[in-house]
Amino acid sequence: MNRTSLRHIAAPGVAALALGLAVSACGADNETSSSGSGSSALSGKLDGAGSSAQESAMDAWRAGFQKDNSDVTINYDPSGSGAGVEKFNADGVDFAGSDSALDAEKGEVDAAKKRCGADAIEVPNYVSPIAVVFNLEGVDKLNLSPKTMAAIFDGKVTTWDDAAIKADNPGAKLPSTKIDPVHRSDESGTTKNFTDYLEKAGEGAWSHPADKVWPIKSGEGANQTSGMISAVQGGKGTIGYADLSQVGDLKSASIKVGDAWVEPSAEGASKAVEASPLEEGRPANDMAVKIDRTTTTADAYPLMLTSYLIACPTYDKAKAELVKGFLTYVVSDQGQKDAADNAGSAPIPATFAVKAQKIVDSISAK
Amino acid sequence: MSTIEAKAGSSKRRLGDLVFANLTRSAGLLILLALAGVAIFLTVQGLPAFTAGPADLNGAANFAAYVWPLVFGTLLAAALALVIALPLAIGVALTVSHFAPRRIAVLIGYMVDLLAAVPSVVYGLWGGLFLGPRMVPMYDWLAAHASWIPFFAGPASTTGRTILTASVVLAIMVLPIITAISREIFAQTPRLNEEAALALGATRWEMIRLSVLPYARSGIVSAAMLGLGRALGETMAVAMVLSASGIVSFNLISSTNPSTIAANIALTFADATGLKVNALIASGLVLFVITFVVNFAARWIVSRGEVKA
Repeated sequence: MNRTSLRHIAAPGVAALALGLAVSACGADNETSSSGSGSSALSGKLDGAGSSAQESAMDAWRAGFQKDNSDVTINYDPSGSGAGVEKFNADGVDFAGSDSALDAEKGEVDAAKKRCGADAIEVPNYVSPIAVVFNLEGVDKLNLSPKTMAAIFDGKVTTWDDAAIKADNPGAKLPSTKIDPVHRSDESGTTKNFTDYLEKAGEGAWSHPADKVWPIKSGEGANQTSGMISAVQGGKGTIGYADLSQVGDLKSASIKVGDAWVEPSAEGASKAVEASPLEEGRPANDMAVKIDRTTTTADAYPLMLTSYLIACPTYDKAKAELVKGFLTYVVSDQGQKDAADNAGSAPIPATFAVKAQKIVDSISAK
Repeated sequence: MSTIEAKAGSSKRRLGDLVFANLTRSAGLLILLALAGVAIFLTVQGLPAFTAGPADLNGAANFAAYVWPLVFGTLLAAALALVIALPLAIGVALTVSHFAPRRIAVLIGYMVDLLAAVPSVVYGLWGGLFLGPRMVPMYDWLAAHASWIPFFAGPASTTGRTILTASVVLAIMVLPIITAISREIFAQTPRLNEEAALALGATRWEMIRLSVLPYARSGIVSAAMLGLGRALGETMAVAMVLSASGIVSFNLISSTNPSTIAANIALTFADATGLKVNALIASGLVLFVITFVVNFAARWIVSRGEVKA
């Protein structure tokens, strides 16, 4: 009898204990302990949400910033660009990270303005070259013009010894292997920038608008960048696209820019951003770049994506200092270097960094 | 328990009975509540999707057009998995219950149960990276020699990430469920029936056909339906193995395959916003209903089988 009653007490007790542990574990996860010697006057907590592709860069920035400001906690929820912007506009987070600039047509610019009470700040925080990766036995170097690339991914060019590919690679020995184009089956900013490139630079060979979802209902689909890489690696005659920092030992094709062939590189992506104008009709503190996919600037690599940080121009006093401090660090040389070292992203061009810094400087208390 | 004991501790025992009865009752109620909670959530959150436009439904004209290829893919993958797994599972179960020597039978049974303990992500990794590429030669052969059958129309996938590969992985995942239940039921076949069949001069196969299988029929059906339920809802393994394009096609060996509801939710939820989320939840509701229908069908078949027997 005693044993039974003991169990009656013990069971809920254990359950309560477990629940308590779980709750406290959650709490500890969200708010990293902020004890230690702080070398700055900044303190407090900053919440952000957005692009999952930015997560590794954001981790580097959080670590870098919290190292110098040990009383500051920065949280980042990698729930996706769209969800991040939605949360920011609904006043759920202090800043958002996005793989694409706020969409004026979808009303995101206006919603952000409404949330902030003034035009929202939008600054680029890194650029990421997208490599066209392929796996073809006996071929190490490949040149692809945007038009050929569009035809391949559209399923119109189906073998590797097609005349269009031969024309891009004079003298190369190409096998008659079937081409297996791989695309992302999840929604992805990489897909959006890749399709944007094919549409704008493809000389009419690509008839689909830029979209996060792959527009063609055929071909090989793969989940996430890791799935893309393993699909290209695992197949024969496969071709796909992925952030340059993730391609590993896969071969990347050179793309045609003007009359030259350009290999993907961080510097090339930076140059392409520099050669691009800002989006028109945007507020002064919105640095949305209208990437010039057809640029002919030497060594520029216009197949890349630009990521953005979105914040408000005014916050209450404590938060304003925090946001300003964090964003200053992100666009600074050190911040860009930390992200490049840890996340393999390409830094934003110097001229853009200067302009971004000016915008960040304008953040003030209400 | 003797009457004297019962009298001595009657008041306490009654309290214990009361507590226990209430505990079990609330456990039962909790299940109903959880199920109702899920159903209400899916319905309320999914409702807006039924009036959503093409912009939020990946270009499909309405929700039915959006969800149909997914339903098709879900049913196709699960049915294929069942076709592969069921004969295999019955074979394994018979080996364990009737053929193998006791010690080996226990070992085999243990191994099959172990299959159930492997996480589905691991199956996904294995299917996508190991099994898929190794099935390519077979797909090439099928595309070259059997392309007149619509299932093998080709062109063959070069990575092996087809719906057939996904179904093979699913089949292995549902194998332990079907095997475990069938095995138990085979072992319960009345000894007298078996011995009577053998005494009439039946071979072992004839004995199994005459006494074991008829006795176990309804059990096999319910085991298969439980397996089907698992195959319908399996998410990660399919998402990782399948090269999905959201089309309707019976072609099993090409790189263009229909997706499944669960895999589609897993793949697109991370970046979905607004009505797209509602559409995904509504597709979850459709899967919920399908699973329900499958379960009810199983119950009906089982109960019909019992009446006959």
